[in-house]
Amino acid sequence: MKTIIEKLNSKYNLQEIVYQRDNLVFAAINKENAIDAVTYLRDYEGFSHFVLMSCVDWIEDGKFQLLYLLNNPTLKSDLGLKVYIDRNNPEMVSAHHLWKQIWTYQRELKEAFGINFPGSPRVDENFVVEGWTDIPHMRRDFDTHEYAQKTYFPRGDRKTNDPAEYMRKKLYPNQPITAKQRKDDK
Amino acid sequence: MSELDLNDKVSEMLAKSEANVIKSEKTFIHPEDEVREVVAPDGSIIKINPIYDYFSGERPQEEKPRGGIVEKFLNWARSESIWVLGFGTGCGSIEIPPLVTPRFDMFRFGIQMRPTPRQSNAFIISGYLSVKTLKRVIRTYEQMPAPKYVIALGSCTINGGMYYDSYSTINRLDKYIPVDVYIAGCMPRPEALIAGFVKLKELIKEGKAEKANEYARNFDEYKANQKKIIKDWSMPDYNW
Repeated sequence: MKTIIEKLNSKYNLQEIVYQRDNLVFAAINKENAIDAVTYLRDYEGFSHFVLMSCVDWIEDGKFQLLYLLNNPTLKSDLGLKVYIDRNNPEMVSAHHLWKQIWTYQRELKEAFGINFPGSPRVDENFVVEGWTDIPHMRRDFDTHEYAQKTYFPRGDRKTNDPAEYMRKKLYPNQPITAKQRKDDK
Repeated sequence: MSELDLNDKVSEMLAKSEANVIKSEKTFIHPEDEVREVVAPDGSIIKINPIYDYFSGERPQEEKPRGGIVEKFLNWARSESIWVLGFGTGCGSIEIPPLVTPRFDMFRFGIQMRPTPRQSNAFIISGYLSVKTLKRVIRTYEQMPAPKYVIALGSCTINGGMYYDSYSTINRLDKYIPVDVYIAGCMPRPEALIAGFVKLKELIKEGKAEKANEYARNFDEYKANQKKIIKDWSMPDYNW
């Protein structure tokens, strides 16, 4: 695994290399080189299994972080390639030609974070929610509570009880609270 | 009939069926639902509008109870034949299969499961209901023959439950379809479900389970609420 990372580093100039375990490594890579590197890993280094593709919203840095997680069945190792893209202009080169399941991941990211993948098949179709018109719902600046409050007729008389406290009052109303319970409550 | 005449007739029929339906904002239309021209077996070209052509454009009709001893007899008969649609909308649907086992045995109450809405008169909304599922629920509910009853299962249908702040699940079911019986809990046990059924039977016998008529009466209000959250309304307004 180490030699593969060194080779990849000399080829594509990786950043933030983290050896999480012997068989799990994460590294960041430039947006321009990312798909090249994934193709190289698949075709030359035996990372033939595409595990998943996900996104993290770093709203403070104004960036989206895409993660391509690849698996090498022979070495039983995983390699996660992180790519940072601009949050104001979220667009990434599509990787749909490498594995077919990437179609679905890119469709999901398009809906949940609004990231464009030009040329990816069926990327504009609905994925989970239908007819969404607000800002993409997994972005961190989308306030789900506020949206639910103004959309779905919330009941005003909603109350929340601590289950332990509620049952104690209900079952043993006269029993004094023990020191241990007081400690647990804190 | 010549091709031109047929085309005229078809477009006339289309205009008529569209006029019967309340217009809604259709921002998203699936490619399958778009208006298209199809070549019929005799070579003529006919226009198909899948959203309107496959359904009736009529509004639901209110059916007044007959009253007196006849209605009492009918209500008794209805209460003894509750046929439930086998459609699980959320996590609570896992509480329904035990009812069919000998341990809980819902058949002794005259309740049984049916595979199609055309044969059922009770609908269990089991747990949280996402907007996507609500669209299917409305479509299914409207296909059920009246008198029909809705049982809302679990806290999610009452006030949203643990999904009260979710962007994709509704909070109150009774704003979208009328509800006869609520069963609280997260999740209610099969015994609670049976208690709910017993309550529903009492309501039917007393003549208080007339929610299908309420739906017809307040149709516009329910439709407005439904359309507020279902943005891609690619179906007719009444799916009968």
